[in-house]
Amino acid sequence: MEWLISLAIGVLTASGVYLTLRARTFPVVLGLTLLAYAVNIFLFAMGRLTVGLPAVIDKTAEAAQYSDPLPQALVLTAIVIAFGMTAFLIVLALKARGELGNDHVDGLDEAPHNNASKEAK
Amino acid sequence: MSNLVAWPVFLPLITGFILILAHMGGIRLQRTVSFLAVIGLVLLSGAMISATSTDQYQVYLLGNWTAPFGIVLVLDRLSALMVLITSILAVGALWYAMTTDTDKKGAHFHILFQMQLFGLNGAFLTGDVFNLFVFFEVLLLASYGLLLHGNGRLRTKAGLHYVVINLIGSTLFLFAVGALYGVLGTLNIADMAAKVAVAPQEDLGVIAAAGLLLLVVFGVKAAMFPLYLWMPSAYANTSAAVAALFAIMTKVGIYSIIRIHGTIFGTEAGELAYYYAPWVLGLGLITLLLAALGVMASRGLREQVAYLVLASVATLLIGVGLMSPMALSATLYYLIHSTLIAGAMFLLADVILRGRGSYEDRFESSPAMPNAILIGSIFMISAIAMTGMPPLSGFFGKVLILSAALDDAWFAVITTVVLVAGLITILSMARTGSLIFYKILPEESVPASERGEPLNRMAFIAVIGLLLASPILVVFAQPITAFTEATANQAFNSAAYINAVLSTPAVTEVNK
Repeated sequence: MEWLISLAIGVLTASGVYLTLRARTFPVVLGLTLLAYAVNIFLFAMGRLTVGLPAVIDKTAEAAQYSDPLPQALVLTAIVIAFGMTAFLIVLALKARGELGNDHVDGLDEAPHNNASKEAK
Repeated sequence: MSNLVAWPVFLPLITGFILILAHMGGIRLQRTVSFLAVIGLVLLSGAMISATSTDQYQVYLLGNWTAPFGIVLVLDRLSALMVLITSILAVGALWYAMTTDTDKKGAHFHILFQMQLFGLNGAFLTGDVFNLFVFFEVLLLASYGLLLHGNGRLRTKAGLHYVVINLIGSTLFLFAVGALYGVLGTLNIADMAAKVAVAPQEDLGVIAAAGLLLLVVFGVKAAMFPLYLWMPSAYANTSAAVAALFAIMTKVGIYSIIRIHGTIFGTEAGELAYYYAPWVLGLGLITLLLAALGVMASRGLREQVAYLVLASVATLLIGVGLMSPMALSATLYYLIHSTLIAGAMFLLADVILRGRGSYEDRFESSPAMPNAILIGSIFMISAIAMTGMPPLSGFFGKVLILSAALDDAWFAVITTVVLVAGLITILSMARTGSLIFYKILPEESVPASERGEPLNRMAFIAVIGLLLASPILVVFAQPITAFTEATANQAFNSAAYINAVLSTPAVTEVNK
C-alpha cells in the first residue's frame, strides 16, 4: 500500500507541477488542483497508513490501535480551503480572459499594437 | 486578563460581520464602523504592549483545551509589536482610502479590509502551525479581494500572478506542515520545538527538509530571492491604500521566520540549531542587490517604491540571518521604520500620480503639479528616510544592523552589499526627485483635460501621519531600542516560550 500511495502522490505532484508551468490559465488551474489533491493524500498518509482501525481511541482497544484522527481533520480543512481558492482562481481567470482578451497567464499578447487599439475603444 | 490576547483577532472579525449588515446603511455608516474598529485595534495593541512589558507570556487556550492538544493564541512582545505596527498602518491606509473614495470603487472594501486585519492579527498571535496556515489563507483571500479592488487590465494580470504563486505557496506550506506532523506528531509550535530537541538522529533529515520547505513558503510571503518576482508588479498596480496596507504583508513572512524557525530551530534544537540562518542571510544579500537594481531600473514611481520595499525586506532578512539578539533587535527597529515609511511612500506616490494627470507616475517631464513645493519637500523627507540617510530613522536602523554584523564572519560582504545597495537607491531616488519635481514642462504644453487634480489635503494627512513615525523613531530611539532589545531577547529565549505555552493550565469554572 505504501508504494501505491507514494506513487499516487508523486504522479499527482509531477503532473501538477508540469501543468502549473503552462502558459495558459486553464492548465494552471488544473495543475493547482492536482497539487492540492497530492497534498491532501500526503497529509492523510502522515497519520500513518492503517486498515480497519477505529478513528477515535477506544477504551477497550489496545494502545496505539487506532488511526490518527488529526490528519483527517487537517485534510478536511485543506480540502475546503483548496476548493474555495480554486473557485476564486477560476473566476479570476475568466475575468482576466475578459479583460485581457486572451487566456495567457502573462496576459498581454505578443503584438502590442493590438492592445493599444483595444484600449482606445 | 488573558482574554486580551483574543480581542485583536476577534475585533476585526466581528467588525466584518457588522459591516455586512451595515452595507445597507450606505458608505458613511461602513466608514464609521470600520474606522472606529481600527482605532479600537490601536488602543488594544497599546494595551497589549503594556501587558507584555514584564516579559510575561499570555496564553489563551481556545476552547479551554490545554496545549499541545488545543489551539493556543500566544501573546509576547514580538506579537504585540507586530499587531501595533499593523494597526497603525491600517489607520493610515484606511484614512487614505476613505478620503480618496477608493472604498467606493467596489462593494465590499471595508469588509475585505477588516478580514485582512483578522488574518494578519491571527497570524501574529497564533501558537499553532496549522492555525498559522489557516490565518495565512484568511489574509491571502482578503488580500486577493483587496488587490483586485477597482479595475484595470494590469491589475488583473498582476493579481492573477499573485494568486497563483500564493496558491503554490499554500500547497508547499501543507507539505511542510504534513511532513513535520508525520515526524513530530504535533502542530503546536512550542511542543514541536520541545520534540525537535529530542528527535532521534534518523528523523533529523526529514525535519530539516520540512523546515527549509517552510522557509520557501515564508520566502514567498517575504518576497525573498528568487521568489520575489510577483511582488513589484502586484504592489505597483493595486490601489494606493491597499499597497500601503500590504507593506505589512511582506513582514508577515519575516515574522514567521523569526517565530517558527527561531523557536523550533532555536538554541534548544541541538544539531539543527539555526541551520536555516545561512540561507536567510545569503538570500537576503542577493535580494538586496537585485532590489537596488530594480529601484534603479523602475519606469514609474509606484514600481520604484515596490522595489524599495523589497530592499527593506532584504535588509530585514540579513538582520534575521545574523541570528544574534542584537541583530534581531536592530531588525525589529528597522522593521517598524520600514513598514510605516513604505506605507507612507505608497500613499505619496499616489498623491503624485493624481497631481500629474495623464503623466501619472511615469518618470517623464511634466508640467508642475499643484502644491509641488509641499509635495516635493515631503517626497524628499520620505526619500531620505527610506534610503537610510541621516538624520532620519532609516539611517539608525541600518547602522544598528551593520554594527550587529561586526562579529559575523561575513561582515565584509554584508557591509559592502548594504552600502552599495544604499548608494544605488540614493542615486535613483535623487534622479526620481529631479525628474518629477525639477524638470518641469510649461503649463501650456498639456491640454487642460489631462492636467492633474488639486491636492487632496485630507488624504495628505495620512501621508504626513505615517511619515511622522520616522522622526519619532529617532527622537525616542533610546526607549524604542530598549523595547526592541527586550523583544529580541524574549524571542531568542525559546525555552521560556515552550515552558509558558505548555504549562498554561485550563481555566476551571469559577462562577457556578
